[in-house]
Amino acid sequence: MALLEIRNLSVDFATHSGQFRAVDGVDVTVDEGDLLAIVGESGSGKSVSMLALMGLLPWTATVTADKLEFDGQDLRTISARARRRIVGKDISMIFQEPMSSLNPAFTIGWQIKESLRKHTDMTRSQRQDRAVELMRQVGIPAPEKRLQAYPHQLSGGMSQRAMIAMALANKPKLLIADEPTTALDVTIQAQILELLTGLQQETGMALVLITHDMGVVAETVQRVQVQYAGQRVELQEVGGLFQNPHHPYTAALLAALPERATEKRLPTIPGVVPGQFDRPAGCLFSPRCSFADARCIAQRPSPAGPELGRALCHYPLIDGQPTGKESAA
Amino acid sequence: MLSFLIRRLATFIPTFIGVTVIAFAFIRLLPGDPILLLAGERGVSAERYAELQHQFGFDQPVWRQYIDYVIGIFHGDLGTSFSTKRPVLDEFMQLFPATVELGLCAIVLATLIGIPAGVIAAVNRGKFFDQALMSSALVGYSMPIFWWALLLIIVFSGTLGWTPVSGRMGLQYYFDTPTGFMLIDSLLSGQSGAFRSAVSHLILPTIALATIPLAVIARQTRSAMLEVLGEDYVRTARAKGMSPLRVNGVHALRNALIPVVTVIGLSVGTLLAGAILTETIFSWPGIGKWMVDSIFRRDYQVVQGGLLLIALVVMIVNLIVDVLYGFINPKIRKG
Ligand SMILES: Nc1ncnc2c1ncn2[C@@H]1O[C@H](COP(=O)(O)OP(=O)(O)OP(=O)(O)O)[C@@H](O)[C@H]1O
Ligand code: SF4
Ligand SMILES: [Mg+2]
Repeated sequence: MALLEIRNLSVDFATHSGQFRAVDGVDVTVDEGDLLAIVGESGSGKSVSMLALMGLLPWTATVTADKLEFDGQDLRTISARARRRIVGKDISMIFQEPMSSLNPAFTIGWQIKESLRKHTDMTRSQRQDRAVELMRQVGIPAPEKRLQAYPHQLSGGMSQRAMIAMALANKPKLLIADEPTTALDVTIQAQILELLTGLQQETGMALVLITHDMGVVAETVQRVQVQYAGQRVELQEVGGLFQNPHHPYTAALLAALPERATEKRLPTIPGVVPGQFDRPAGCLFSPRCSFADARCIAQRPSPAGPELGRALCHYPLIDGQPTGKESAA
Repeated sequence: MLSFLIRRLATFIPTFIGVTVIAFAFIRLLPGDPILLLAGERGVSAERYAELQHQFGFDQPVWRQYIDYVIGIFHGDLGTSFSTKRPVLDEFMQLFPATVELGLCAIVLATLIGIPAGVIAAVNRGKFFDQALMSSALVGYSMPIFWWALLLIIVFSGTLGWTPVSGRMGLQYYFDTPTGFMLIDSLLSGQSGAFRSAVSHLILPTIALATIPLAVIARQTRSAMLEVLGEDYVRTARAKGMSPLRVNGVHALRNALIPVVTVIGLSVGTLLAGAILTETIFSWPGIGKWMVDSIFRRDYQVVQGGLLLIALVVMIVNLIVDVLYGFINPKIRKG
């Protein structure tokens, strides 16, 4: 049984100008010990879908799903209190901005031990020992001293390490890392990613890595989920994805890499992700897709089979060529 | 922390000089002859005039007078009251506890209600409680104290007869006041009913005096909380599975308190100004009433000394607030 199973997750925000669908029917499946990457341009609903899972969205958000199950528990029907026993213990999350994600008014040690106090019945000295152990585990030198530091006394990289230590405190089964390196220096980025994947191997937890970094995807990840405009457009093993992308969006992402996967940032494709007011009626990628035809503009595609990476496309690509066009014409 | 304290103390010096200059100039800038002013309405003979002129040093150059005045301050010499013939400092020390008691009760009441109210309003932004609280805060802030105090007296002392109209203690009680704080002294006296009487005398003036700071603190807490609630670290706290009470009341509030403490410190000045009116209306024997009475008596030595002492109190309170601010804001403590 999968550790995390999300079916047909949608998130709508109430805005001044009406409802805005930020996540549109996304599926996510994560097995125990899995390493899944979610990639996609800014605004494709990566963060929002994971925040929905954590129950961290503001009250303006309406979350619906056919299935939202973690470790056998239905998160749709669970009470807020019961959910808080899971969130922060079995699922933890780290964020893009480590500096602002730590509370400036409390020491690092206080913040780590708070998690232990909430979810375990450790004694004071056990919590101190565990905190030191965690700091060591994430590679922070002089842990005892750093536990007494305030966040503003740490660098960005150190802050993210402290965030990771805090997230690992209760040995989670699933860690969600939302662009954990975007805000950091390039040299630090690699270190943090190495730390995360190393810890994942070491602890056997599952890791969902939201990232813009195609290089990381190529090197470390097992499966890749590509999202576009709030939808999942492709899901593949990493090898297959790079060799034979089935969705035109994935293909465009990869083609835009000057040397495949050497460019650190997600390459740009002409056009922008549709927003609240310019959502196409048919395929959401149709305004930017080089294979788009009348059917694409009028009709929403449904996902292909697993052999085609569940590509959300009328004409999934095989070796760069659209398939099924003749029958449609 | 130490260097922060030293730097902060250094800013004390120019402020102190400014305050002494103002207090020093006060008597000399009043229209009319200062000796005649100081002597009051009774008038003086020619010999007495010369004697006084010498006594107050008006026969000296101004800079000399100022230096003597400052030296006198350091010796605790703030002049003598014309009406009671007692040193101004003694009178101040005797009356000051009454004002402190009233002021402390008011600031405690304003803080204890204002901070939670501001937090609840921010968390329920735009909902009924928020709108009700913000409207009442606006009313509370703009209400003239004397009008509000009289209204309280009319309703609670007059119509309902629940509280006494004036003073600090029922006339049937008599005991020593070693601390000057009626709440404490009444307990020490062991007389049954004395503490109750102290409390009932304190209630209305406290409410009258607390109203404006309460409105200010509630509004400041709300806006600081609104700012802080959108911060990433609040989301982190929720991601750790913390309860809403803990997220709002610990993670968010601790940060929101930083500007609120400043506002509480600043409201001490407002509070002393408010105390002048409140004490006068409720016949509360504190320094506010003392100042007003002295002005009416033209006891300018008292007014001059009182001004200086009140300014000193405000300065010291602000210093304490700054130190406190350093404690709740780790970024400053390091500096
Ligand atoms: N609280 C909110 N209210 C309204 N709209 C929101 C809110 N949070 C996110 N959105 C919108 O939802 C969409 C998806 O946002 P999301 O943050 O999930 O994107 P993302 O894929 O994580 O992008 P990025 O790579 O920039 O982090 C965006 O268009 C964003 O503007
Ligand atoms: S459905 Fe059509 S427009 Fe959409 S991705 Fe496929 S080919 Fe392109
Ligand atoms: Mg994001």
